[in-house]
Amino acid sequence: MTIASTDRVAAETTAADRVPTPRRRRRGDFSRSEQRAGVAFAIPAIVLLLLFVIGPAVVSLAMSFTNARLVSPVAPEFVGLENFRRAFTEDPVFTRSVLNTFVFAALVVPLQGGLGLVLALLVNQKIAGRNLFRTIYFLPVITSMVVISLLWRFLYQADGLVDSALSMLTGGVWAGQAWLADPSTAMGAIVVMSVWQGVGFHMIIWLAGLQTIPDEVYEAAALDGTTPWERFRYITLPLLKPTFVFVLITITIAAMGLFIQVDIMTDGGPLNSTSSIVYQIVQKGFQQQQIGYGAALSLVFFCIVLALALLQRRLTRDKD
Amino acid sequence: MTAMTLRPRRRLWVYLPMTLLAVFFLFPIVFMLAASLKSDHQIFADMDSLRAFAPVGEISFDNYTAVFDRVPFWRFLGNTIFVTFMVTALGLVVNSLCGYALARMRWKGRAVVFGFIIATLILPFDTTIVPMVYLVANLPWIAFEGVRPVLEIGWLNTYHVQIVPFVVNAFSIFLFAQYFKSLPKGLEEAAAMDGAGWLRTYWRIIVPLSKPVFATVTILTVVTSPATWNAYLWPLMTVQSEELRPVMVGVQYFFQLDTSWGEVMAYISMITIPMVAVFIAFQRAFIQSIASAGMKD
Repeated sequence: MTIASTDRVAAETTAADRVPTPRRRRRGDFSRSEQRAGVAFAIPAIVLLLLFVIGPAVVSLAMSFTNARLVSPVAPEFVGLENFRRAFTEDPVFTRSVLNTFVFAALVVPLQGGLGLVLALLVNQKIAGRNLFRTIYFLPVITSMVVISLLWRFLYQADGLVDSALSMLTGGVWAGQAWLADPSTAMGAIVVMSVWQGVGFHMIIWLAGLQTIPDEVYEAAALDGTTPWERFRYITLPLLKPTFVFVLITITIAAMGLFIQVDIMTDGGPLNSTSSIVYQIVQKGFQQQQIGYGAALSLVFFCIVLALALLQRRLTRDKD
Repeated sequence: MTAMTLRPRRRLWVYLPMTLLAVFFLFPIVFMLAASLKSDHQIFADMDSLRAFAPVGEISFDNYTAVFDRVPFWRFLGNTIFVTFMVTALGLVVNSLCGYALARMRWKGRAVVFGFIIATLILPFDTTIVPMVYLVANLPWIAFEGVRPVLEIGWLNTYHVQIVPFVVNAFSIFLFAQYFKSLPKGLEEAAAMDGAGWLRTYWRIIVPLSKPVFATVTILTVVTSPATWNAYLWPLMTVQSEELRPVMVGVQYFFQLDTSWGEVMAYISMITIPMVAVFIAFQRAFIQSIASAGMKD
């Protein structure tokens, strides 16, 4: 088929549907049909991203310097940094929520990441029934956080199932505890439940990382007379580095967004001990309709998440 | 080493921790299913023994019947399935086309668009949710009364407010682009020789070769998107009308007047079982999807 006949066929199709000839392509300049088709293919996604991701972010940035309210007859006024001053100096519930969120993340990240790795190592053994165990450990991930939160709210009641189990395990010594009603245990209870729900997801991520390590590496090391611990420490762990970075960053970002558990189990209480940043954003920006203030809190939240992500990338980057 | 070669003692040390962990992950779910069949009185009476996990005593489906009296369950479930389907299906089209353009086509502005999409990956949905509500409350929409188009302002209380904002997903675009890059070079040239245009090449050649990534994005969308099966906060904020609400928001109805824990357990069992069934049926695909999400860095 000659180039001319290819062009003729192409001319009969739509503009976005045309393709350059191989010869043009090899010369390395953009053909006009490829240019047009490329833009046409990307445009729906770009428009939606601008409208629903970038747009709200820009609106949020602009609103954070105003006293805008969700439904209000009065036009919003520019108030400068007033919202940020209020957040950090006059809103102890917000500063407490920032602290709570950091505590939550600081507990969930190592627990979920670590337990995920332990589970992955267990189900990576070549033993009968490993698929069944994999399925069981993964089951909570499939179950919605809304469902899990409601279920555990019931389990955590005074003399509920958690208390009964502890009482049974300790031979009746355990006195019973209303986990979510006590400021000293409420956040811990939410941490345990959150790890329980999310750990299966990261077990799978770790497992995929483990399976990229060829068996030959372990076999060679075994021939050299290494112990299983040495093989784990000097082969498995270093080779899991990329997986480690992914797990660390994804759990941190997810943990910083703590919301559903708080909304369903405690409403931020008792005594604000479980209130989180996103919970405050929704309370102020939506429930109390102070959208300007809520936007300012969102901006603070965004800066925190961005800073953490960049910091973790930097700390975990290869030194070469 | 296979299971057959494990000596009994060693087998105990392998299986004991795994079994204890399995109990830890299963006990709340087993409790939920058992409690959904019991009266509140029975649930509390059984709490301090292993009876809590078994369907024993006075067993009935009364809680399930009561759920149907309290909420329009099928309506809620239908809404969730419809929204999940739309977000996922439209997302596959929009995100894969964009991923294809980024991975295999050369056009001016491509590098800028790619950088811009990667940058939005770090913008968590939670950070923009409040201005999002404000934005969608003021967006125009063209509705049809019969065949006559009518301009409406405000997307609150609609299906499209639950769908359109969540169609595009930077991570999905990224996964598609990565996969398309791994396909052999020269597919387009071969197709062009046969006179196929870009759209036909994409549809007839690229899509059939890329089933695994379409499966991965489908599963990740259904399981992790804040607008599909697990949608809760967004519809809570934007949809007040009962006819349009999804199943997760339905839990609210059980805490308005008298809370019956038996009914709560029945309701959450009903919204858990379909998803678990889908998971068991497509288990291998689920596991592979999540694994491949972690391998892309």
